[in-house]
Amino acid sequence: MGLAETLSFALPELTLAVGAMVLLVVGVYLGERGARAIALCCVALLIAAALMTLVGKPGAASLFDGAYRVDAFAHFAKVIIFVAAGVAILMADRFLGADDLKRFEFPVLVVLSAFGMALMVSATDLIALYLGVETQSLALYILATFNRDSRRSTEAGLKYFVLGALSSCLLLYGASLIYGFTGATTFSAIAEAAGAGDENIGLIIGLVFLISGLAFKVSAAPFHMWTPDVYEGAPTPITAFFAAAPKLAAMALFSRVMVGAFPAVLDQWQPIIVIISIVSMLIGAFSALVQTNIKRLMAYSSIGHMGYALMGLAAGDREGVAAVLIYMAIYVVMNVGVFACILMMRRRGGMSEGLGDLAGLSRTNMPLALLLTLFMLSLAGIPPTAGFIGKWFVFFAAVDAGLITLAVVGALSSVVSAYYYLKIVRLIWFTDPAPVFERDGGPALGFIAGLSGLAVFPALFVFSGPLRGAAETAAQALF
Amino acid sequence: MTESFASQPWLSLLTFLPMIGVAGILLRRMTAKLEPSGELDPEERVRIDGVSKNVALMFTVGTFLVSMLVYYGLYDPSVAGYQLVEEVPWLGGGINYKMGVDGVSILFVLLTTFIMPICVLSSWKSIETRVSDYMIAFLTLETLILGVFCSLDLFLFYIFFEGSLIPMFLIIGVWGSQGRRVFAGVDMPSRVYAAIKFFLYTLLGSLLMLIAMAWMYVTAGTTDIPSLQEYPFPASAQTWLWIAFFASFAVKMPMWPVHTWLPDAHVQAPTAGSVVLAAILLKMGGYGFIRFSLPMFPQASADFAPFVYALSIVAIIYTSLVALAQEDMKKLIAYSSVAHMGFVTMGIFTGTEQGVEGALFQMLSHGFISGALFLCVGVVYDRMHTREIAAYGGLVHRMPAYAFLFLFFTMGNVGLPGISGFVGEFLTMAGAFRVNSWIAFFAAFGVILSAAYGLRLFRQVVYGKLEKEPLMTISDVDAREASLLVVLLAMALYLGVYPSAALDVFRPAVEGVLSGYAAAGAL
Repeated sequence: MGLAETLSFALPELTLAVGAMVLLVVGVYLGERGARAIALCCVALLIAAALMTLVGKPGAASLFDGAYRVDAFAHFAKVIIFVAAGVAILMADRFLGADDLKRFEFPVLVVLSAFGMALMVSATDLIALYLGVETQSLALYILATFNRDSRRSTEAGLKYFVLGALSSCLLLYGASLIYGFTGATTFSAIAEAAGAGDENIGLIIGLVFLISGLAFKVSAAPFHMWTPDVYEGAPTPITAFFAAAPKLAAMALFSRVMVGAFPAVLDQWQPIIVIISIVSMLIGAFSALVQTNIKRLMAYSSIGHMGYALMGLAAGDREGVAAVLIYMAIYVVMNVGVFACILMMRRRGGMSEGLGDLAGLSRTNMPLALLLTLFMLSLAGIPPTAGFIGKWFVFFAAVDAGLITLAVVGALSSVVSAYYYLKIVRLIWFTDPAPVFERDGGPALGFIAGLSGLAVFPALFVFSGPLRGAAETAAQALF
Repeated sequence: MTESFASQPWLSLLTFLPMIGVAGILLRRMTAKLEPSGELDPEERVRIDGVSKNVALMFTVGTFLVSMLVYYGLYDPSVAGYQLVEEVPWLGGGINYKMGVDGVSILFVLLTTFIMPICVLSSWKSIETRVSDYMIAFLTLETLILGVFCSLDLFLFYIFFEGSLIPMFLIIGVWGSQGRRVFAGVDMPSRVYAAIKFFLYTLLGSLLMLIAMAWMYVTAGTTDIPSLQEYPFPASAQTWLWIAFFASFAVKMPMWPVHTWLPDAHVQAPTAGSVVLAAILLKMGGYGFIRFSLPMFPQASADFAPFVYALSIVAIIYTSLVALAQEDMKKLIAYSSVAHMGFVTMGIFTGTEQGVEGALFQMLSHGFISGALFLCVGVVYDRMHTREIAAYGGLVHRMPAYAFLFLFFTMGNVGLPGISGFVGEFLTMAGAFRVNSWIAFFAAFGVILSAAYGLRLFRQVVYGKLEKEPLMTISDVDAREASLLVVLLAMALYLGVYPSAALDVFRPAVEGVLSGYAAAGAL
């Protein structure tokens, strides 16, 4: 394959990388004045990349000597990542301006991290994997500390960076062990080597380190400690971004590594994923019970949700990966919606983040109350919402793979988590109103929240057939 | 008989008709006139409330009329098997949107559409806050309940089954009664406690069923109910599947010892909420047993039958005794519901024609009678705002019409021959007698005890001297309340003197269920 053809497959990524560089230079010249224009340009870039992925070259191709693969799986993940990143920029638009945080670096960093995520979901080589993860993470570290004058924000960023660096070390160490014991870095070669010989204990140790590093990136327990602090400390629009696209990218990468490079040692890593999944679900469910800050609550909720998504991965087959993709796609939509609602929770004097601020919302702001209720029910996986569809597919995948215990733990922990989601619903509907929120969220926020609400119910619910079809085609690409 | 959705969308039309009403109410609210401050104009609020009530009444009555049309015009009671089937591809891979009715479900569809206008009318005056929200919740609830009885796909069934928790949760939590209690260190209104307990209890049961569903889908490759009823699940798996389904339906029913959410939910819910809960929502459990447990897991059902008998007998005797000790009118009726549902579970798992038909009949009849009893409590609660039995006495002197109606339904609850309650209890006991006479012997105590607590309630509330000061000016039932109760009375009387009207409809479907059951039992 010639260079031109190779690059033509990677057109969306190239667009993002080149575009981000150009905008960075332009931004330096324009200064603060150009912040808004650059934000819009970044959104346009991301939309262009998403469109290119959608209508671009069909079919699968391995690029750069098998280090990078463009296939249906990557397409599926990339479209969602690019859209979610674009939406995150739009949601931040008004908010960052109000808090004197309006800087052009924000959208550019989001684009760069989206570029890193695109690398992650397409990586089929340990080196490409690491490059993708680091490109994404570096951009995210800076974003977490974006509010430089805030102690909480810098603390969150520092914590994130130190722990993130540690997890990268684990990842690298695991990768070096795997390379050492198989002599290969591409996933297909590793799979061949792992399947060929006898049980390779060095490979397994490397695999465990690799899983630990990846579990950190998806914020699965017991590598979840950073999540609540970062969610709470980072400025809310940035938390909104953290909660959606990076999770999907990391989970997609996780799936590709596991089923792409280690199908032969499934029975070695399946128990590890099962345990991570169970612990995540339980920690997510029980720790969230006592939270009073909605961002922290969403952090624990995301830990729990990663546990559910990993339930699909634990199955380790085509149905399982399809379930992961369906779950994560729905998860991203729900989180975008919830954070759009959280961003609309502002009173004079700043953002409200306490659960108590939601009291009696159904009497003061009916649309917001309805949307939040819908998202909470969907997060809890109550039909008829999209969240239930996601839950059904991961349960199905787990049962299909014979992991009944895992499914039962999932069911029990979702009853526990239903309690705190209902706590929010209860506050919204059953209590006397707290002071009203300002209604100046800007048109973008309301629009995004409404659109995600319509996606959660009824769109993704009624049209879950096509979603399932797309996810299954995507999952098929890995097998 | 499978037809496409386009050629006979009757059940879908019926199920989703109330949602059109919801859309109408929402539309009216969106076009509401706001005050300059962004608040809703008070006069406008009154107008919206009025519109909401009328729309809700119109659509519940409309749904009732459509259901009558379906029943008399399209449904053929002589045919076994499913009718009016419609199917649309949905999730793919054997999960479809499929609706249809048979003898087991059609009368519960009618019961639902019959009870709903009564609920709306009974809330006409007693609900004063957030009226349009309330009406939206009820219309949504009606759609979800009808969906439960009409769906012929397990996945679809589950969605309606669990979805019905949401509006009921809001109805109990928002419009429930006053009072506070401490739970897990948090001081909260007791209606909130009841709402959450109701939700989590039922959710826990349902999720276990969901996993069983996933297993069935993996094994049989479809969630189509008629196909699953034919599918021979291995005996070892049947045990676990049966337990998972039992967990869900037993909570819903509710059976002893997982009944404790019911008294809380009933006491806290507004009158119409209690009516829906007792008259319809509880029936989903029994419906589930007959629709799923018996035909799909016949072996396990036969194996577990003694276990169910034991729980049913405990429910009948123990909860009747508990009912005897209640100070709260609604709680008393709630416990009596648990006891009456004990007859239903007992009847279902006898696996005899009398038992299953009796159970279905008992559920139908309990829908009218317990619904009416909660309405009776609602009548005096609206006037006095207390449910304490001790706060009443001698009402017959001021409320003769009320006393008559209340007496009728109390007698119906006791199982007086001539009223529908008798038929169900008699048939279930006859079914039980065929299996094991001891079961029938113990169940008969339930009838005696129900007379004891029913008559005690009636005596203390209605008879005696009119001594209590606040009761001196209490007014008798007005035309609206009386007409609701008279309609229910007519139904209970009709089914009581002419039970074949319902039994003939049940029979073909019940025979279908039992032939499969007998075949498996012979193995």
